Amino acid sequence: MLLLDIVSGVLLIFGAFFGLSGAVGLFKFPDFFTRVHAASVTDSIAAILVLSGLILQTNLDLNTAKLLFILIFLLITSPTASHVLAKSARHGGLLSMPEKEQKKEIES
Amino acid sequence: MELLIDLVLLAMLALTALRIIFLKDLFAVVMLFSIYSFLSALIFINLDAVDVAFTEAAVGAGISTVLMLGTIAITGRTETPPTKSKLLPLLIVVVTGAALIYGTLDMPPFGHADNPVHEHVAPRYIEESPKEIGLPNMVTSVLASYRGFDTLGETVVVFSAMIGVLSLLRLRKRDADKNPESGIKAHRVLQVIAKIVIPMIILFALYVQFHGDFGPGGGFQAGVIAAAAFILYALVFGLSNVFKVVGPKFLRILAVFGVLLYAGVGVYSMAMGGNFLDYNYLAENPLSGQHYGIILIELGVGITVFAVMLSIFYAFDSQIERANIQ
Amino acid sequence: MSFIADYYNYWIVVFLMMTGFYIVISASNLVKKVVGLNIFQTSVFMLYISMGKVKGGTAPILTEGAAQYSNPLPHVLILTAIVVGVATTAVALSLIVRIKEEYGTVEENEFEKKDDAI
Repeated sequence: MLLLDIVSGVLLIFGAFFGLSGAVGLFKFPDFFTRVHAASVTDSIAAILVLSGLILQTNLDLNTAKLLFILIFLLITSPTASHVLAKSARHGGLLSMPEKEQKKEIES
Repeated sequence: MELLIDLVLLAMLALTALRIIFLKDLFAVVMLFSIYSFLSALIFINLDAVDVAFTEAAVGAGISTVLMLGTIAITGRTETPPTKSKLLPLLIVVVTGAALIYGTLDMPPFGHADNPVHEHVAPRYIEESPKEIGLPNMVTSVLASYRGFDTLGETVVVFSAMIGVLSLLRLRKRDADKNPESGIKAHRVLQVIAKIVIPMIILFALYVQFHGDFGPGGGFQAGVIAAAAFILYALVFGLSNVFKVVGPKFLRILAVFGVLLYAGVGVYSMAMGGNFLDYNYLAENPLSGQHYGIILIELGVGITVFAVMLSIFYAFDSQIERANIQ
Repeated sequence: MSFIADYYNYWIVVFLMMTGFYIVISASNLVKKVVGLNIFQTSVFMLYISMGKVKGGTAPILTEGAAQYSNPLPHVLILTAIVVGVATTAVALSLIVRIKEEYGTVEENEFEKKDDAI
Protein backbone atom coordinates (compact mmCIF):
# COMPACT_ATOMS: atom_id res chain seq x y z
CA MET A 1 0.00 0.00 0.00
CA LEU A 2 2.93 2.29 0.73
CA LEU A 3 4.13 2.07 -2.88
CA LEU A 4 0.67 3.00 -4.18
CA ASP A 5 0.57 5.97 -1.82
CA ILE A 6 3.95 7.19 -3.05
CA VAL A 7 2.99 6.80 -6.72
CA SER A 8 -0.32 8.57 -6.20
CA GLY A 9 1.43 11.36 -4.29
CA VAL A 10 3.93 11.85 -7.12
CA LEU A 11 1.09 11.92 -9.69
CA LEU A 12 -0.83 14.48 -7.63
CA ILE A 13 2.23 16.70 -7.25
CA PHE A 14 2.93 16.58 -10.99
CA GLY A 15 -0.73 17.32 -11.67
CA ALA A 16 -0.59 20.33 -9.38
CA PHE A 17 2.61 21.48 -11.09
CA PHE A 18 1.02 21.33 -14.55
CA GLY A 19 -2.08 23.10 -13.26
CA LEU A 20 0.09 25.87 -11.87
CA SER A 21 2.19 26.14 -15.04
CA GLY A 22 -1.02 26.38 -17.09
CA ALA A 23 -2.18 29.25 -14.89
CA VAL A 24 1.18 31.05 -15.20
CA GLY A 25 1.07 30.60 -18.97
CA LEU A 26 -2.44 32.01 -19.11
CA PHE A 27 -1.15 35.24 -17.60
CA LYS A 28 2.29 35.46 -19.20
CA PHE A 29 1.79 34.35 -22.81
CA PRO A 30 1.57 37.14 -25.38
CA ASP A 31 -1.50 36.41 -27.54
CA PHE A 32 -4.81 34.58 -27.50
CA PHE A 33 -3.76 31.33 -29.22
CA THR A 34 -0.75 30.67 -26.99
CA ARG A 35 -2.97 31.40 -23.97
CA VAL A 36 -5.54 28.83 -25.11
CA HIS A 37 -2.66 26.39 -25.42
CA ALA A 38 -1.57 27.10 -21.83
CA ALA A 39 -5.11 26.81 -20.53
CA SER A 40 -5.66 23.50 -22.31
CA VAL A 41 -2.63 22.07 -20.51
CA THR A 42 -4.56 22.56 -17.27
CA ASP A 43 -7.58 20.55 -18.33
CA SER A 44 -5.77 17.82 -20.25
CA ILE A 45 -2.53 16.62 -18.64
CA ALA A 46 -3.15 18.15 -15.20
CA ALA A 47 -6.63 16.65 -14.98
CA ILE A 48 -5.35 13.23 -16.10
CA LEU A 49 -2.55 13.24 -13.53
CA VAL A 50 -4.72 14.45 -10.63
CA LEU A 51 -7.52 11.99 -11.43
CA SER A 52 -5.17 9.02 -11.80
CA GLY A 53 -3.54 10.01 -8.52
CA LEU A 54 -6.98 9.98 -6.90
CA ILE A 55 -7.91 6.63 -8.50
CA LEU A 56 -4.87 5.08 -6.81
CA GLN A 57 -6.19 6.31 -3.46
CA THR A 58 -9.48 4.37 -3.77
CA ASN A 59 -9.92 0.65 -3.02
CA LEU A 60 -11.36 -0.42 -6.39
CA ASP A 61 -15.01 0.34 -5.56
CA LEU A 62 -17.77 2.56 -6.95
CA ASN A 63 -15.60 5.64 -6.44
CA THR A 64 -12.96 4.25 -8.82
CA ALA A 65 -15.60 3.79 -11.51
CA LYS A 66 -16.93 7.31 -10.95
CA LEU A 67 -13.44 8.84 -11.23
CA LEU A 68 -12.81 6.84 -14.43
CA PHE A 69 -16.06 8.16 -15.92
CA ILE A 70 -15.04 11.72 -15.02
CA LEU A 71 -11.65 11.12 -16.66
CA ILE A 72 -13.22 9.81 -19.89
CA PHE A 73 -15.72 12.66 -19.97
CA LEU A 74 -12.96 15.25 -19.49
CA LEU A 75 -10.80 13.63 -22.16
CA ILE A 76 -13.67 13.99 -24.64
CA THR A 77 -14.91 17.46 -23.74
CA SER A 78 -11.94 19.63 -22.76
CA PRO A 79 -9.91 19.30 -26.00
CA THR A 80 -13.16 20.03 -27.88
CA ALA A 81 -13.68 23.16 -25.83
CA SER A 82 -10.14 24.40 -26.57
CA HIS A 83 -10.54 23.56 -30.26
CA VAL A 84 -13.87 25.37 -30.57
CA LEU A 85 -12.52 28.40 -28.72
CA ALA A 86 -9.50 28.70 -31.03
CA LYS A 87 -11.51 28.01 -34.17
CA SER A 88 -14.16 30.60 -33.28
CA ALA A 89 -11.44 33.18 -32.65
CA ARG A 90 -9.94 32.32 -36.05
CA HIS A 91 -13.33 32.69 -37.76
CA GLY A 92 -13.80 35.98 -35.96
CA GLY A 93 -10.63 37.25 -37.64
CA LEU A 94 -8.20 37.19 -34.72
CA LEU A 95 -4.56 36.95 -35.86
CA SER A 96 -1.78 35.18 -34.02
CA MET A 97 1.28 37.24 -33.04
CA PRO A 98 3.62 36.28 -35.95
CA GLU A 99 0.81 37.04 -38.39
CA LYS A 100 0.26 40.44 -36.81
CA GLU A 101 3.96 41.27 -37.18
CA GLN A 102 3.90 40.13 -40.80
CA LYS A 103 0.92 42.34 -41.46
CA LYS A 104 2.68 45.30 -39.86
CA GLU A 105 5.77 44.76 -42.04
CA ILE A 106 3.67 44.61 -45.18
CA GLU A 107 1.87 47.81 -44.24
CA SER A 108 5.08 49.68 -43.44
CA MET B 1 -6.37 21.58 6.46
CA GLU B 2 -10.09 22.11 5.92
CA LEU B 3 -9.74 25.54 7.47
CA LEU B 4 -6.86 26.45 5.16
CA ILE B 5 -8.86 25.50 2.05
CA ASP B 6 -11.76 27.53 3.41
CA LEU B 7 -9.54 30.60 3.92
CA VAL B 8 -8.02 30.44 0.42
CA LEU B 9 -11.26 29.73 -1.46
CA LEU B 10 -13.20 32.47 0.32
CA ALA B 11 -10.42 34.97 -0.40
CA MET B 12 -10.54 34.00 -4.09
CA LEU B 13 -14.31 34.44 -4.04
CA ALA B 14 -13.97 37.93 -2.54
CA LEU B 15 -11.38 38.91 -5.18
CA THR B 16 -13.61 37.66 -8.01
CA ALA B 17 -16.54 39.68 -6.68
CA LEU B 18 -14.34 42.77 -6.32
CA ARG B 19 -13.12 42.45 -9.92
CA ILE B 20 -16.70 42.35 -11.23
CA ILE B 21 -17.28 45.91 -9.93
CA PHE B 22 -14.58 47.46 -12.12
CA LEU B 23 -15.18 45.59 -15.39
CA LYS B 24 -17.03 47.42 -18.14
CA ASP B 25 -17.13 44.48 -20.59
CA LEU B 26 -20.34 42.61 -19.75
CA PHE B 27 -19.10 39.40 -21.40
CA ALA B 28 -16.20 39.34 -18.95
CA VAL B 29 -18.59 40.15 -16.10
CA VAL B 30 -20.76 37.13 -16.97
CA MET B 31 -17.71 34.86 -17.29
CA LEU B 32 -16.39 36.03 -13.92
CA PHE B 33 -19.81 35.41 -12.42
CA SER B 34 -19.64 31.85 -13.75
CA ILE B 35 -16.23 31.41 -12.10
CA TYR B 36 -17.72 32.90 -8.93
CA SER B 37 -20.46 30.25 -8.99
CA PHE B 38 -17.97 27.41 -9.45
CA LEU B 39 -15.86 28.75 -6.59
CA SER B 40 -18.89 28.91 -4.32
CA ALA B 41 -19.72 25.31 -5.30
CA LEU B 42 -16.22 24.31 -4.15
CA ILE B 43 -16.72 26.16 -0.86
CA PHE B 44 -20.06 24.41 -0.33
CA ILE B 45 -18.31 21.04 -0.74
CA ASN B 46 -15.69 22.09 1.79
CA LEU B 47 -18.48 23.06 4.19
CA ASP B 48 -20.07 19.57 3.80
CA ALA B 49 -23.03 20.78 1.75
CA VAL B 50 -22.62 18.37 -1.17
CA ASP B 51 -26.21 18.62 -2.43
CA VAL B 52 -26.03 22.41 -2.43
CA ALA B 53 -22.69 22.38 -4.25
CA PHE B 54 -24.17 20.12 -6.91
CA THR B 55 -27.12 22.46 -7.42
CA GLU B 56 -24.93 25.56 -7.50
CA ALA B 57 -22.58 24.06 -10.10
CA ALA B 58 -25.45 22.96 -12.34
CA VAL B 59 -27.78 25.94 -11.88
CA GLY B 60 -25.62 28.91 -10.90
CA ALA B 61 -22.68 28.22 -13.16
CA GLY B 62 -24.60 26.48 -15.96
CA ILE B 63 -28.08 27.82 -16.59
CA SER B 64 -27.64 31.38 -15.25
CA THR B 65 -24.54 31.88 -17.38
CA VAL B 66 -26.34 30.71 -20.51
CA LEU B 67 -29.29 33.01 -19.80
CA MET B 68 -27.07 36.01 -19.07
CA LEU B 69 -25.04 35.43 -22.26
CA GLY B 70 -28.32 35.26 -24.15
CA THR B 71 -29.39 38.59 -22.66
CA ILE B 72 -26.17 40.41 -23.50
CA ALA B 73 -26.35 39.00 -27.03
CA ILE B 74 -29.53 41.09 -27.36
CA THR B 75 -28.69 44.13 -25.26
CA GLY B 76 -25.04 44.73 -26.20
CA ARG B 77 -21.88 43.89 -24.32
CA THR B 78 -20.42 47.15 -23.02
CA GLU B 79 -21.53 49.29 -20.15
CA THR B 80 -21.56 53.04 -20.78
CA PRO B 81 -19.41 55.10 -18.39
CA PRO B 82 -21.50 56.31 -15.46
CA THR B 83 -22.60 59.91 -15.15
CA LYS B 84 -23.48 59.86 -11.46
CA SER B 85 -20.98 60.19 -8.63
CA LYS B 86 -19.86 56.93 -6.99
CA LEU B 87 -19.22 58.58 -3.66
CA LEU B 88 -22.68 58.24 -2.14
CA PRO B 89 -23.09 54.49 -2.97
CA LEU B 90 -19.59 53.85 -1.59
CA LEU B 91 -20.41 55.70 1.63
CA ILE B 92 -23.69 53.77 2.10
CA VAL B 93 -21.95 50.44 1.47
CA VAL B 94 -19.05 51.14 3.83
CA VAL B 95 -21.36 52.27 6.66
CA THR B 96 -23.73 49.30 6.22
CA GLY B 97 -20.79 46.90 5.95
CA ALA B 98 -19.16 48.26 9.11
CA ALA B 99 -22.43 47.89 11.02
CA LEU B 100 -22.84 44.30 9.80
CA ILE B 101 -19.22 43.41 10.69
CA TYR B 102 -19.85 44.80 14.18
CA GLY B 103 -22.95 42.60 14.27
CA THR B 104 -21.05 39.43 13.34
CA LEU B 105 -19.04 39.68 16.58
CA ASP B 106 -22.18 38.57 18.42
CA MET B 107 -22.57 35.52 16.16
CA PRO B 108 -21.75 32.09 17.57
CA PRO B 109 -18.19 31.10 16.48
CA PHE B 110 -17.93 29.19 13.20
CA GLY B 111 -18.16 25.41 13.24
CA HIS B 112 -18.72 24.70 16.95
CA ALA B 113 -20.94 21.71 17.58
CA ASP B 114 -22.84 23.40 20.45
CA ASN B 115 -23.99 26.45 18.42
CA PRO B 116 -27.71 27.31 18.83
CA VAL B 117 -28.53 26.22 15.24
CA HIS B 118 -27.52 22.65 16.02
CA GLU B 119 -29.59 22.44 19.22
CA HIS B 120 -33.13 22.18 17.83
CA VAL B 121 -34.77 20.23 14.99
CA ALA B 122 -31.47 19.20 13.38
CA PRO B 123 -30.54 16.49 15.95
CA ARG B 124 -33.94 14.91 15.38
CA TYR B 125 -33.44 14.92 11.60
CA ILE B 126 -29.98 13.40 11.98
CA GLU B 127 -30.95 10.71 14.50
CA GLU B 128 -34.51 9.81 13.51
CA SER B 129 -34.70 10.30 9.75
CA PRO B 130 -32.77 7.11 8.81
CA LYS B 131 -35.26 5.14 10.94
CA GLU B 132 -38.44 7.07 10.03
CA ILE B 133 -37.79 7.58 6.31
CA GLY B 134 -35.23 4.84 5.68
CA LEU B 135 -32.99 6.90 3.38
CA PRO B 136 -29.27 7.51 3.94
CA ASN B 137 -29.33 11.01 2.44
CA MET B 138 -30.81 13.23 5.17
CA VAL B 139 -31.06 16.22 2.85
CA THR B 140 -33.44 14.28 0.57
CA SER B 141 -35.45 13.06 3.59
CA VAL B 142 -35.88 16.59 4.93
CA LEU B 143 -36.49 18.11 1.49
CA ALA B 144 -39.06 15.63 0.26
CA SER B 145 -40.72 14.35 3.41
CA TYR B 146 -40.39 16.55 6.52
CA ARG B 147 -40.51 19.79 4.55
CA GLY B 148 -42.62 18.53 1.64
CA PHE B 149 -44.94 21.56 1.80
CA ASP B 150 -42.00 23.91 1.43
CA THR B 151 -40.68 22.06 -1.61
CA LEU B 152 -44.14 22.04 -3.20
CA GLY B 153 -44.16 25.83 -2.77
CA GLU B 154 -40.73 26.17 -4.38
CA THR B 155 -41.82 24.01 -7.32
CA VAL B 156 -44.84 26.24 -7.83
CA VAL B 157 -42.57 29.33 -7.71
CA VAL B 158 -40.35 27.84 -10.42
CA PHE B 159 -43.47 27.04 -12.45
CA SER B 160 -44.81 30.59 -12.12
CA ALA B 161 -41.41 31.96 -13.18
CA MET B 162 -41.94 30.08 -16.44
CA ILE B 163 -45.36 31.71 -16.85
CA GLY B 164 -43.73 35.10 -16.22
CA VAL B 165 -40.95 34.60 -18.77
CA LEU B 166 -43.27 33.18 -21.43
CA SER B 167 -45.71 36.08 -21.05
CA LEU B 168 -42.86 38.59 -21.39
CA LEU B 169 -41.03 36.96 -24.31
CA ARG B 170 -42.85 35.49 -27.28
CA LEU B 171 -42.09 31.82 -27.96
CA ARG B 172 -43.68 30.39 -31.09
CA LYS B 173 -42.71 27.39 -33.11
CA ARG B 174 -43.00 29.13 -36.47
CA ASP B 175 -40.50 31.84 -35.48
CA ALA B 176 -37.82 29.18 -35.20
CA ASP B 177 -38.94 27.39 -38.37
CA LYS B 178 -38.31 30.59 -40.33
CA ASN B 179 -34.63 30.21 -39.58
CA PRO B 180 -33.69 26.54 -40.12
CA GLU B 181 -30.03 27.40 -40.72
CA SER B 182 -29.29 28.52 -37.15
CA GLY B 183 -26.86 26.61 -34.96
CA ILE B 184 -23.13 26.14 -35.41
CA LYS B 185 -22.73 24.48 -38.80
CA ALA B 186 -19.03 25.26 -39.30
CA HIS B 187 -17.83 23.30 -36.26
CA ARG B 188 -17.82 19.70 -37.38
CA VAL B 189 -15.81 18.53 -34.33
CA LEU B 190 -18.30 20.15 -31.99
CA GLN B 191 -21.22 18.43 -33.72
CA VAL B 192 -19.64 14.98 -33.45
CA ILE B 193 -18.66 15.45 -29.81
CA ALA B 194 -22.09 16.87 -28.94
CA LYS B 195 -23.72 13.74 -30.37
CA ILE B 196 -21.50 11.57 -28.16
CA VAL B 197 -21.89 13.69 -25.05
CA ILE B 198 -25.65 14.39 -25.08
CA PRO B 199 -26.72 10.76 -24.33
CA MET B 200 -24.13 10.65 -21.54
CA ILE B 201 -25.56 13.82 -19.99
CA ILE B 202 -29.13 12.50 -20.14
CA LEU B 203 -28.04 9.18 -18.62
CA PHE B 204 -26.26 11.08 -15.85
CA ALA B 205 -29.41 13.15 -15.23
CA LEU B 206 -31.43 9.94 -14.77
CA TYR B 207 -28.77 8.60 -12.39
CA VAL B 208 -28.90 11.82 -10.36
CA GLN B 209 -32.70 11.69 -10.33
CA PHE B 210 -33.03 8.14 -9.00
CA HIS B 211 -29.84 7.92 -6.94
CA GLY B 212 -30.70 11.14 -5.05
CA ASP B 213 -32.10 9.09 -2.15
CA PHE B 214 -28.72 7.51 -1.47
CA GLY B 215 -26.14 10.11 -2.53
CA PRO B 216 -26.09 13.77 -3.44
CA GLY B 217 -28.68 14.62 -6.06
CA GLY B 218 -32.42 14.71 -6.57
CA GLY B 219 -35.11 16.22 -8.74
CA PHE B 220 -33.81 19.80 -8.82
CA GLN B 221 -30.32 18.87 -10.00
CA ALA B 222 -31.52 16.15 -12.40
CA GLY B 223 -34.01 18.48 -14.08
CA VAL B 224 -31.35 21.11 -14.67
CA ILE B 225 -28.80 18.58 -16.02
CA ALA B 226 -31.35 17.07 -18.42
CA ALA B 227 -32.25 20.58 -19.60
CA ALA B 228 -28.53 21.27 -20.13
CA ALA B 229 -28.33 18.34 -22.58
CA PHE B 230 -31.11 19.81 -24.72
CA ILE B 231 -29.62 23.31 -24.44
CA LEU B 232 -26.36 21.90 -25.83
CA TYR B 233 -28.32 20.32 -28.69
CA ALA B 234 -30.11 23.60 -29.40
CA LEU B 235 -26.86 25.60 -29.38
CA VAL B 236 -25.04 23.23 -31.74
CA PHE B 237 -27.80 22.12 -34.11
CA GLY B 238 -30.16 25.09 -34.01
CA LEU B 239 -33.50 25.83 -32.39
CA SER B 240 -35.68 24.49 -35.19
CA ASN B 241 -34.02 21.07 -34.89
CA VAL B 242 -34.49 20.79 -31.14
CA PHE B 243 -38.16 21.78 -31.56
CA LYS B 244 -38.60 18.58 -33.56
CA VAL B 245 -37.51 16.59 -30.48
CA VAL B 246 -39.14 18.58 -27.65
CA GLY B 247 -41.56 21.28 -28.73
CA PRO B 248 -42.53 24.29 -26.58
CA LYS B 249 -46.16 23.14 -26.23
CA PHE B 250 -45.08 19.72 -24.99
CA LEU B 251 -42.83 21.41 -22.41
CA ARG B 252 -45.76 23.44 -21.10
CA ILE B 253 -47.75 20.23 -20.60
CA LEU B 254 -44.73 18.61 -18.88
CA ALA B 255 -44.31 21.53 -16.46
CA VAL B 256 -47.97 21.37 -15.45
CA PHE B 257 -47.78 17.58 -15.17
CA GLY B 258 -44.83 17.76 -12.75
CA VAL B 259 -46.59 20.15 -10.37
CA LEU B 260 -49.81 18.13 -10.58
CA LEU B 261 -47.93 14.88 -9.88
CA TYR B 262 -46.46 16.44 -6.74
CA ALA B 263 -49.78 17.82 -5.54
CA GLY B 264 -51.53 14.61 -6.63
CA VAL B 265 -49.38 12.55 -4.26
CA GLY B 266 -50.54 14.88 -1.47
CA VAL B 267 -54.21 14.53 -2.41
CA TYR B 268 -53.87 10.75 -2.72
CA SER B 269 -52.35 10.49 0.75
CA MET B 270 -55.36 12.50 2.03
CA ALA B 271 -57.70 10.08 0.29
CA MET B 272 -55.91 7.19 2.01
CA GLY B 273 -56.70 8.75 5.39
CA GLY B 274 -53.55 10.70 6.22
CA ASN B 275 -52.67 14.37 6.10
CA PHE B 276 -51.65 16.22 2.91
CA LEU B 277 -48.25 14.81 1.76
CA ASP B 278 -48.19 12.23 4.58
CA TYR B 279 -46.45 9.38 2.77
CA ASN B 280 -46.92 6.89 5.61
CA TYR B 281 -50.39 6.15 4.26
CA LEU B 282 -49.30 5.43 0.68
CA ALA B 283 -48.55 1.78 1.40
CA GLU B 284 -49.22 -0.86 4.08
CA ASN B 285 -45.76 -0.38 5.52
CA PRO B 286 -44.97 3.25 6.44
CA LEU B 287 -41.33 2.89 5.34
CA SER B 288 -42.20 1.73 1.82
CA GLY B 289 -44.89 4.43 1.74
CA GLN B 290 -42.19 7.01 2.39
CA HIS B 291 -40.08 5.51 -0.42
CA TYR B 292 -42.94 5.65 -2.95
CA GLY B 293 -43.84 9.18 -1.93
CA ILE B 294 -40.28 10.50 -2.18
CA ILE B 295 -39.61 8.87 -5.56
CA LEU B 296 -42.87 10.25 -6.97
CA ILE B 297 -42.48 13.81 -5.75
CA GLU B 298 -38.80 13.95 -6.75
CA LEU B 299 -39.94 12.85 -10.20
CA GLY B 300 -42.53 15.65 -10.20
CA VAL B 301 -39.87 18.20 -9.19
CA GLY B 302 -37.45 16.88 -11.82
CA ILE B 303 -40.02 17.04 -14.64
CA THR B 304 -41.14 20.56 -13.70
CA VAL B 305 -37.61 21.94 -13.32
CA PHE B 306 -36.56 20.35 -16.62
CA ALA B 307 -39.54 21.76 -18.50
CA VAL B 308 -39.25 25.23 -16.93
CA MET B 309 -35.50 25.62 -17.52
CA LEU B 310 -35.77 24.45 -21.12
CA SER B 311 -38.78 26.69 -21.86
CA ILE B 312 -36.96 29.70 -20.43
CA PHE B 313 -33.96 28.92 -22.61
CA TYR B 314 -36.21 28.50 -25.68
CA ALA B 315 -37.79 31.89 -24.99
CA PHE B 316 -34.39 33.63 -24.84
CA ASP B 317 -33.00 31.76 -27.84
CA SER B 318 -35.98 32.48 -30.09
CA GLN B 319 -35.70 36.14 -29.07
CA ILE B 320 -32.05 36.15 -30.21
CA GLU B 321 -32.93 34.47 -33.50
CA ARG B 322 -35.66 37.03 -34.15
CA ALA B 323 -33.15 39.80 -33.48
CA ASN B 324 -30.71 38.13 -35.92
CA ILE B 325 -33.32 37.95 -38.70
CA GLN B 326 -34.15 41.63 -38.31
CA MET C 1 -5.70 33.25 15.33
CA SER C 2 -8.74 31.36 16.59
CA PHE C 3 -10.61 34.69 16.73
CA ILE C 4 -10.02 35.15 12.99
CA ALA C 5 -10.94 31.54 12.20
CA ASP C 6 -14.14 31.88 14.22
CA TYR C 7 -15.44 34.90 12.33
CA TYR C 8 -13.62 34.84 8.97
CA ASN C 9 -16.55 33.24 7.08
CA TYR C 10 -18.99 35.85 8.36
CA TRP C 11 -16.68 38.72 7.39
CA ILE C 12 -16.33 37.40 3.85
CA VAL C 13 -20.10 37.01 3.70
CA VAL C 14 -20.54 40.65 4.71
CA PHE C 15 -17.91 41.72 2.17
CA LEU C 16 -19.64 39.79 -0.64
CA MET C 17 -23.03 41.13 0.38
CA MET C 18 -21.75 44.70 0.29
CA THR C 19 -20.00 44.11 -3.06
CA GLY C 20 -23.27 42.89 -4.53
CA PHE C 21 -25.14 45.80 -2.95
CA TYR C 22 -22.63 48.30 -4.35
CA ILE C 23 -22.94 46.85 -7.87
CA VAL C 24 -26.74 47.06 -7.64
CA ILE C 25 -26.82 50.71 -6.57
CA SER C 26 -23.88 52.05 -8.59
CA ALA C 27 -23.92 50.19 -11.94
CA SER C 28 -25.98 51.81 -14.64
CA ASN C 29 -26.31 48.71 -16.84
CA LEU C 30 -29.29 46.55 -15.89
CA VAL C 31 -27.57 43.21 -16.69
CA LYS C 32 -24.73 44.15 -14.36
CA LYS C 33 -27.27 45.03 -11.69
CA VAL C 34 -28.71 41.52 -12.01
CA VAL C 35 -25.19 40.07 -11.59
CA GLY C 36 -24.82 42.19 -8.45
CA LEU C 37 -28.15 40.92 -7.14
CA ASN C 38 -26.95 37.35 -7.71
CA ILE C 39 -23.73 38.01 -5.79
CA PHE C 40 -25.80 39.40 -2.92
CA GLN C 41 -27.96 36.28 -3.04
CA THR C 42 -24.97 33.90 -3.04
CA SER C 43 -23.55 35.66 0.03
CA VAL C 44 -26.75 34.78 1.90
CA PHE C 45 -26.37 31.16 0.78
CA MET C 46 -22.81 31.21 2.07
CA LEU C 47 -23.98 32.52 5.47
CA TYR C 48 -26.53 29.72 5.88
CA ILE C 49 -24.11 26.97 4.84
CA SER C 50 -21.39 28.39 7.12
CA MET C 51 -23.78 28.21 10.06
CA GLY C 52 -24.66 24.61 9.26
CA LYS C 53 -21.05 23.42 9.29
CA VAL C 54 -19.81 21.44 12.29
CA LYS C 55 -16.06 21.07 12.71
CA GLY C 56 -15.04 17.43 12.30
CA GLY C 57 -18.44 16.57 10.83
CA THR C 58 -19.13 15.00 7.44
CA ALA C 59 -21.77 15.55 4.77
CA PRO C 60 -25.24 14.59 6.07
CA ILE C 61 -25.38 11.25 4.24
CA LEU C 62 -25.49 8.19 6.47
CA THR C 63 -22.06 6.52 6.42
CA GLU C 64 -20.46 3.93 8.64
CA GLY C 65 -17.94 5.29 11.11
CA ALA C 66 -19.09 8.92 10.90
CA ALA C 67 -19.28 10.37 14.40
CA GLN C 68 -20.84 13.70 13.56
CA TYR C 69 -22.82 15.17 10.68
CA SER C 70 -23.18 18.77 9.62
CA ASN C 71 -26.63 20.30 9.97
CA PRO C 72 -28.83 19.19 7.01
CA LEU C 73 -31.53 21.83 7.50
CA PRO C 74 -29.67 24.86 5.98
CA HIS C 75 -28.68 22.65 3.04
CA VAL C 76 -32.33 21.93 2.24
CA LEU C 77 -33.32 25.60 2.47
CA ILE C 78 -30.46 26.76 0.25
CA LEU C 79 -30.80 23.96 -2.30
CA THR C 80 -34.33 25.05 -3.15
CA ALA C 81 -33.38 28.74 -2.87
CA ILE C 82 -30.72 28.35 -5.60
CA VAL C 83 -33.24 26.93 -8.08
CA VAL C 84 -35.83 29.57 -7.21
CA GLY C 85 -33.03 32.17 -7.53
CA VAL C 86 -32.26 31.20 -11.11
CA ALA C 87 -35.98 31.22 -11.94
CA THR C 88 -36.37 34.79 -10.64
CA THR C 89 -33.13 35.81 -12.42
CA ALA C 90 -34.67 34.52 -15.64
CA VAL C 91 -37.75 36.71 -15.08
CA ALA C 92 -35.50 39.73 -14.41
CA LEU C 93 -33.47 39.07 -17.57
CA SER C 94 -36.57 38.72 -19.71
CA LEU C 95 -37.82 42.04 -18.33
CA ILE C 96 -34.47 43.54 -19.40
CA VAL C 97 -34.91 42.13 -22.91
CA ARG C 98 -38.37 43.73 -23.11
CA ILE C 99 -36.96 47.05 -21.83
CA LYS C 100 -34.34 46.91 -24.61
CA GLU C 101 -37.12 46.42 -27.17
CA GLU C 102 -39.21 49.32 -25.83
CA TYR C 103 -36.50 51.87 -25.02
CA GLY C 104 -33.60 50.76 -27.22
CA THR C 105 -31.22 50.82 -24.26
CA VAL C 106 -30.56 49.07 -20.95
CA GLU C 107 -28.51 51.86 -19.38
CA GLU C 108 -30.22 53.51 -16.45
CA ASN C 109 -28.85 56.99 -17.16
CA GLU C 110 -30.20 56.89 -20.72
CA PHE C 111 -33.80 56.18 -19.67
CA GLU C 112 -34.06 59.65 -18.20
CA LYS C 113 -33.16 61.22 -21.54
CA LYS C 114 -35.72 59.02 -23.32
CA ASP C 115 -38.38 59.97 -20.80
CA ASP C 116 -37.58 63.67 -21.26
CA ALA C 117 -37.86 63.29 -25.03
CA ILE C 118 -41.36 61.83 -24.65
